[in-house]
Amino acid sequence: MREITLSKAVNEAIAEEMRRDETVFLLGEDVAEAGTPFKILSGLVEEFGTERIIDTPIAEPGFMGIAVGAAMTGTRPIVDLMFGDFLFLVMDQLCNQAAKTHYMSGGKLNVPLVLRTNLGATRRSAAQHSQSLHALVAHIPGLKVALPSSAYEAKGLLKSAIRDNNPVVIFEDKLMYQDKAEVPEEEYLIPFGVANIKRPGTDITLVATSSMVQVAEKAAGILNSDGISAEIIDPRTIVPLDEETILNSVRKTSRAMVIDEGHQSYGVTAEIASRINERAFYHLDAPVIRMGAMDVPVPFSPALEDLTVPTPEGVAHNARKLVRGELVHAA
Amino acid sequence: MSPVPAKTNTEDYIRMYTQMVRIRAFEDNANQLYLSAKMPGLTHMYSGQEAVAVGMCEALEDSDKITSTHRGHGHCVAKGADFQQMFCELLGKEEGYCRGKGGSMHIADQSHGNLGANAIVGGSMGIATGAALTAKRLGKDDVTVCFFGDGATAQGLWYEVMNMAALWKLPVIYACENNGYSEYTKTHEIAAGSLTARAEAFGMEAFNVNGQDVLAVNALTQKLVARCRMGEGPFFIELKTYRYHGHHVGDINREYYRSKDEEAHWKSEHDPITNFGEWMLSEGIVNEDELGTISDAVMADAEAAVAYALDAKYPNEAEVDMHVFAPNA
Repeated sequence: MREITLSKAVNEAIAEEMRRDETVFLLGEDVAEAGTPFKILSGLVEEFGTERIIDTPIAEPGFMGIAVGAAMTGTRPIVDLMFGDFLFLVMDQLCNQAAKTHYMSGGKLNVPLVLRTNLGATRRSAAQHSQSLHALVAHIPGLKVALPSSAYEAKGLLKSAIRDNNPVVIFEDKLMYQDKAEVPEEEYLIPFGVANIKRPGTDITLVATSSMVQVAEKAAGILNSDGISAEIIDPRTIVPLDEETILNSVRKTSRAMVIDEGHQSYGVTAEIASRINERAFYHLDAPVIRMGAMDVPVPFSPALEDLTVPTPEGVAHNARKLVRGELVHAA
Repeated sequence: MSPVPAKTNTEDYIRMYTQMVRIRAFEDNANQLYLSAKMPGLTHMYSGQEAVAVGMCEALEDSDKITSTHRGHGHCVAKGADFQQMFCELLGKEEGYCRGKGGSMHIADQSHGNLGANAIVGGSMGIATGAALTAKRLGKDDVTVCFFGDGATAQGLWYEVMNMAALWKLPVIYACENNGYSEYTKTHEIAAGSLTARAEAFGMEAFNVNGQDVLAVNALTQKLVARCRMGEGPFFIELKTYRYHGHHVGDINREYYRSKDEEAHWKSEHDPITNFGEWMLSEGIVNEDELGTISDAVMADAEAAVAYALDAKYPNEAEVDMHVFAPNA
């Protein structure tokens, strides 16, 4: 099968859906001729014109609000939010308006929009261009949240997001844009709420999202040489969350770690760990361990930044302890 | 009243008058529901501003869109909503426009193009602009009127979306109902310079109109709507008006920010309904009896709707987690 970059996969997904549905359009900063700073959208304005690939001023709340109104009245906007950190600028329009409109109107108004943005540290971009803020939006009822972990997921999830009748926030890992993966030529969609068993195993479950799936895979390789068989579950969407696939894995392995690049406190790792505790407690042989980003603003210095996110070695270290019956966080 | 009547058809005058009376009657009944503790929560009265909503909405087609505010009952009625579903919504009943999930501050009636009231001051400015973008993108004739108060002009969102609306020539009319008060604060204490000049800074044509004069409001809106349909939008209108009640129904002792004399003056000299009724009488369009008949019919309609809503049933508990997400076909 052919291999393409995550960036190319996103571009293909948008182009295919725009060809398929005239009501789909895209707006954001420097999305047309510039094709975004990451060059993800290059070529789209040439095919679809400036009426459908719309460059906006640098005014995130403004174009987010415009997208909400456009979605409510019969179009399907894709909002390009250049960095996930800019979510804080659009929170009213996203969380007070888009997320609640369907519910507040008693089901009469729909807001079918996609907010594409990114997450991920270690790009030496410091505290305002490196955050992983998906837990923030996952907390708000009415928003769906997708976290692709490779080019394959990026394309299939984005196509589903564009066809969804709800506001969807999709976070791409900005360090993965040039990573290649096998992506079929033929059309495919990845449904929301269906986790992927990325690697089968028997001794421990590693639930990993987005950027942390690669970390978990490398950790599983290390563990394998120690004779420990790790199963990796990639939820792919955290709203909705495929609880059953996670729970079935934990019931089998009896040990679980949850790895995610958001800050560890009050985050995705806490939520998933808690659900495992509530629904599979008697299957567990050890506490469920969370590994998120450190609870610090992301530092600039490489010497510091690399300390803040989970690494394959760190994941393998904790997994080894769990499997051997040692508490990871002993007093 | 305006020197040149905007509509020369007796039926149009009577409909505008009736719509203003309906808004006043709706608000009087809503206020009573609050005072008699029959309504959950609070609400914000539109009384005094009727000529704005009616003058503007009467210049729109049913398919044209509006976005509304926390003080939104007037816009909702003026855009064609019926009393029964509105009172049901105010009381949180299943038959309300939003099945009781929105309440006063979120009534939406998309069947008549009302995209909804909004409890965030200025929160619908993006939505209105987006609705106008849809019209342009899909080649529709629709115009969107974005209602907001003077208080909302302090929100940064307005300047962001005006900039884009002007750049992209969108068919949207930003309608600022300047009722003199930003919640509990006089407008001149929160707004520097001139509001029209702010819109003009984006290269938009901006207008001032007496918001107590339904014909003046209607005449200006008709012109601007027609120009929007020809691709000449966006526009800004500042409508000078007055809020008879406090910021919300519970804001009763308000002399610390507004005198009773001032309120009495506006009610006796600038009431949009009384003045329009007197103009119609003076022009021989209606007689006293006919005006009385209109009021009586509206009052009866409102009272019947209130009685219906009080008896109507609440949503079933199973509805609490319905409509969080829209179904996918």
